[in-house]
Amino acid sequence: MGKLDGKVAFITGAARGQGRSHAIRLAQEGADIIAIDICQQIDTVPYPMSTPDDLADTAKQVEALDRRIYTAQADVRDAAALKQAFDAGTAELGPVDIVLANAGIAPMSLHEKHDAWQDVVDVNLTGVFNTVETAIPSMIERGQGGAIVLTSSTAGINGIGGPTRGGLGYTAAKHGVVGLMRSYANNLAPNRIRVNTVHPTGVNTPMVVNEAMQEFLEHDPSLSNAMANALPVPMVEPVDISNAIVWLVSDDARYVTGVTLPVDAGFTNKK
Amino acid sequence: MPGRVAGKVAFITGAARGQGRSHAIRLAQEGADIIAVDILEDVPGIPYAGPTEADLAETVKQVEALDRRIVATKADVRDYAAVKAALDDGVAQLGRLDIVSANAGIGTSPHRAWEIDDATWQTMIDINLTGVWHTAKAAIPTMIEAGQGGAIILTSSAAGLQAYENIAHYVSAKHGVVGLMRTLALELAPYSIRVNSLHPTQVDTPMIQNEATWRLFRPDLEHPTKEDFAPASQTVNALPIPWVEPVDISNALLFLASDEGRYITGVTLPVDAGTVIK
Repeated sequence: MGKLDGKVAFITGAARGQGRSHAIRLAQEGADIIAIDICQQIDTVPYPMSTPDDLADTAKQVEALDRRIYTAQADVRDAAALKQAFDAGTAELGPVDIVLANAGIAPMSLHEKHDAWQDVVDVNLTGVFNTVETAIPSMIERGQGGAIVLTSSTAGINGIGGPTRGGLGYTAAKHGVVGLMRSYANNLAPNRIRVNTVHPTGVNTPMVVNEAMQEFLEHDPSLSNAMANALPVPMVEPVDISNAIVWLVSDDARYVTGVTLPVDAGFTNKK
Repeated sequence: MPGRVAGKVAFITGAARGQGRSHAIRLAQEGADIIAVDILEDVPGIPYAGPTEADLAETVKQVEALDRRIVATKADVRDYAAVKAALDDGVAQLGRLDIVSANAGIGTSPHRAWEIDDATWQTMIDINLTGVWHTAKAAIPTMIEAGQGGAIILTSSAAGLQAYENIAHYVSAKHGVVGLMRTLALELAPYSIRVNSLHPTQVDTPMIQNEATWRLFRPDLEHPTKEDFAPASQTVNALPIPWVEPVDISNALLFLASDEGRYITGVTLPVDAGTVIK
């Protein structure tokens, strides 16, 4: 018996990385999945973004667990596309209990483009807002409560990320996610919908482990030093974030709301 | 399916009843053996009865009913030598130490900060702050020497993150626990020993369900009841509930103690129905 038997989860950025790990981990606990991803490149992002094949692979892995999954290509910046995907997914799998606003980009680069600020704020902050706004009317109407987890970052509680347009935008957006979370947590508490954030340190995913990011960090030692964890691990794995999320969305955390939960190997406390 | 803390040994203070008993049972359900201590006496100046030998015996019975081992000892967290002796005896019998729950704590009658008497202030700091330090101090050398990492969870409170009027000594001690947690987390990270704190809102235990606490929330009534307390208690929470249950704190502790939280350290984790953000 899983912790999330019979639940349906709406996950953005689910084609790979943390989002795929969340889809698999939640499916292992019995949830069905509505998986959204952009599956195409954004011009200012200096590493290859997800593909339709990645999203298909997530679907395959969820189905291998005998759970159902509905996938759709949708950009979190496009509220109408999100709503269309959400409605189609719930029509197939049933109403949503869990929302994971996970999609995000890191347009930090030595050769950054001017639009890096706007793109990262659009995806990492407005995209989170769009995701939650898409899901909550049906959750409130249904009256069964629910759990929402917004993926922030250690850059959502610390002034890290460097002086570039992309780095500043990333840090600003991830801080903004905390404000969204706290407001939604207050607004939705009467409906027994809980809202929390997770704050990962560096995670072993394509967003972090890529040439552009390595070059960016090596160029400014203060940035890589700033990313050093307290625990003797260079980075954490996607499943560590998934495990925190499984706990947050399960009944084990039925009275946890409004919380910023670092999964950061002691990074924040070390600063 | 193996338990989430199978084969581990956990040291729990204040384990005779309330949250401590719940922690012992929840960890035992997931495969841990338990070293339990509690004061088993009334604390002078504290407006509710202390735990008894029968309470601790009940914790023992419930852990053993789960087919887990438990070494239970009478010890006051203010008495470092007694805590250390109880822990060492438990480790000798159970073979290791992986998890520490510094849970023992008291509540008192409401007074404004400048009207708290000296003895009550001192008792509060001695139990709710120094007692936590004693617990960690007793356990840490054993954990470092074993070289297998571990998890230490300090029970603070929502009052460790924000102010509450009329319990300045409690608020001060619980804030102090956060400072201790953060420092220990840094000092112990190289040994892969993680340290975090829990911050409950009101929990349905004897420490809360007594007239002194009811009066803290209902100063308008001379003899408030649990029924009078419930709606007042609920107003501080964002979620529409008056209090949480001990098992809710245990489930958070279990998450932090297990491998699911293997890279979580230095964190203040509220289990507070949203009281801190409200």
